[in-house]
Amino acid sequence: MNALSLRQLNKTYAGGVTALADVDLEVEPGDFFGLLGPNGAGKTTIIGIVASLVTPTSGSVSVFGHDIQRDPWEAKSNLGLVPQEFNFNQFETVEQIVINQAGYYGIDRHTARERAEKYLRELDLWGKRDASSRSLSGGMKRRLMIARALVHEPRLLILDEPTAGVDIELRRSMWAFLRRINERGTTIILTTHYLEEAESLCRHIGIIDGGRIIEKTDVPTLLSKLKSQSFVLDLADSVSRLPHLPDFHAVPLDERRLEVEVRGDQTLSELFAQLAAAGVEVSSMKNKSNRLEELFVRMLGNRSPAPTSENA
Amino acid sequence: MAALYPAYPRQTLTALQTLVHKETHRYLRIWVQTLVPPAITMTLYFVIFGSLIGSRVGPMDGFDFMEFIAPGIIMMSVITNSYSNVVSSFFGAKFQRHVEELLVSPTPNYVILAGYVSGGVGRGLFTGLIVTIIASFFADLQIHSIPVTISVVFLTAVLFSIGGFINAVFAKKFDDIAIVPTFVLTPLTYLGGVFYSISLLPDFWQGLSLANPILYMVNAFRYGILGSSDIPIYTAYLLIGVFIALGTAISLWLLRRGVGLRS
Ligand SMILES: Nc1ncnc2c1ncn2[C@@H]1O[C@H](COP(=O)(O)OP(=O)(O)OP(=O)(O)O)[C@@H](O)[C@H]1O
Ligand SMILES: [Mg+2]
Repeated sequence: MNALSLRQLNKTYAGGVTALADVDLEVEPGDFFGLLGPNGAGKTTIIGIVASLVTPTSGSVSVFGHDIQRDPWEAKSNLGLVPQEFNFNQFETVEQIVINQAGYYGIDRHTARERAEKYLRELDLWGKRDASSRSLSGGMKRRLMIARALVHEPRLLILDEPTAGVDIELRRSMWAFLRRINERGTTIILTTHYLEEAESLCRHIGIIDGGRIIEKTDVPTLLSKLKSQSFVLDLADSVSRLPHLPDFHAVPLDERRLEVEVRGDQTLSELFAQLAAAGVEVSSMKNKSNRLEELFVRMLGNRSPAPTSENA
Repeated sequence: MAALYPAYPRQTLTALQTLVHKETHRYLRIWVQTLVPPAITMTLYFVIFGSLIGSRVGPMDGFDFMEFIAPGIIMMSVITNSYSNVVSSFFGAKFQRHVEELLVSPTPNYVILAGYVSGGVGRGLFTGLIVTIIASFFADLQIHSIPVTISVVFLTAVLFSIGGFINAVFAKKFDDIAIVPTFVLTPLTYLGGVFYSISLLPDFWQGLSLANPILYMVNAFRYGILGSSDIPIYTAYLLIGVFIALGTAISLWLLRRGVGLRS
């Protein structure tokens, strides 16, 4: 049984924007999953649908095997959400916010108080328990959203850009905290624009662009794909079969053209040595664009304020 | 539609208690905005219409003018306060987006509705009580029928709380929560026989007044206190009952569809 399973999700907003197209995604229990994608890719839309804040145009969602439509109580009780934007009652205190949230999950007041204290302490907010939410700094608000999402002890925690606008020090401590609860068994899904964040935290990564999942893989594979380059070689003579290149992945495009992938740890000299050994002569070559790399360049290009210069 | 019997009865009850507690806490915390203004306004009504002008107006339906208007004024405060409590609380929750706390949780829709309506009923009855106490300084109110008085005021508070809820669902900006109270509720209340008996009106206006639902509630409440009414009171119960059922069905449908809540 998957922690999260999305089947054929489609979403077209009232204005006509198609935010998701046929999204299928499975996240295994215990995973630390990163959902990466540029602005407007559809990350928040996916999360919104999972959290019942956005109505899908079609498709289904289940959380630990419970369909969110058919078994809402079970599905929702297994899910904790840290949204991208602050959504507190400005006038409630930190402690009230967490205790009330527990109440909405049917947790009795006594247990709710204990849990609130536990999570507020863990997130270093216990000293602020009587402060109103609007008096908190941005970093404190992020942590309060995490405490609020954990108070019912969900098995799946989803965080939508949890480290946006958070300084480096706090970001590190949030990472450590998330790793800790993941080790305790909570499945975590987070969205981010930062490859570094995904690299440091996640085991699996899904990449979404233009409302489609374009890649789903583990982190090492992703990194090697990112660093690999493809070349199209024009051959001097036509070849009838694929030349033997022991260390390279090659695909014939036609009799006189060959596409070869050069991974980050390989060199062009090695490629030419093997081509020569196979008796293949290259007349010209061109670099084929790396779609993933382009995507990441785009992600970096429009990433919101650099995390390094921002204070909480 | 809500299941007849919740799958998680104890948890569902806890969710309701949490919401009722939170909503009650809200209007008590901001009592200067919620409880004081009606006390002041209604005191002015009693002083101006009751004492100053009322002493020059003859008896109405055989009662002192002050006695006659007291039930209507109490009812007016219950109506406006139930309505405005729910409309501003639920719209505030949408506007600040903390309604999402409820939407992500397993709290069923009927509990969300019941929780907000409880807040409105609580504030409506609380202000009603304050205004009754004020009224008792101006008029000697003997309650004719306690069951009628209490049930009418309670059901009216429920009805207008539901009305406030529906208004909040559709409201997109703060102006939208003032339109109905200003352009519908206030005129209907003034024309609902708070200050006069419709028997004073020419036939045509009497007939038209009977199309005003608030008239029935004011009269049924006046019957509860004074034992006198322009209309048979069972029609008031029938009317309130039908409107509550209709309002509840509409609210639950809106919640299920996520109108104004989910994109
Ligand atoms: N409520 C809405 N109404 C209409 N269009 C919307 C709405 N919310 C999102 N969209 C559109 O849907 C697309 C996907 O948006 P979404 O918020 O899911 O992206 P995202 O990947 O979370 O982006 P970001 O990284 O900026 O948070 C965008 O084109 C956006 O403009
Ligand atoms: Mg987003």
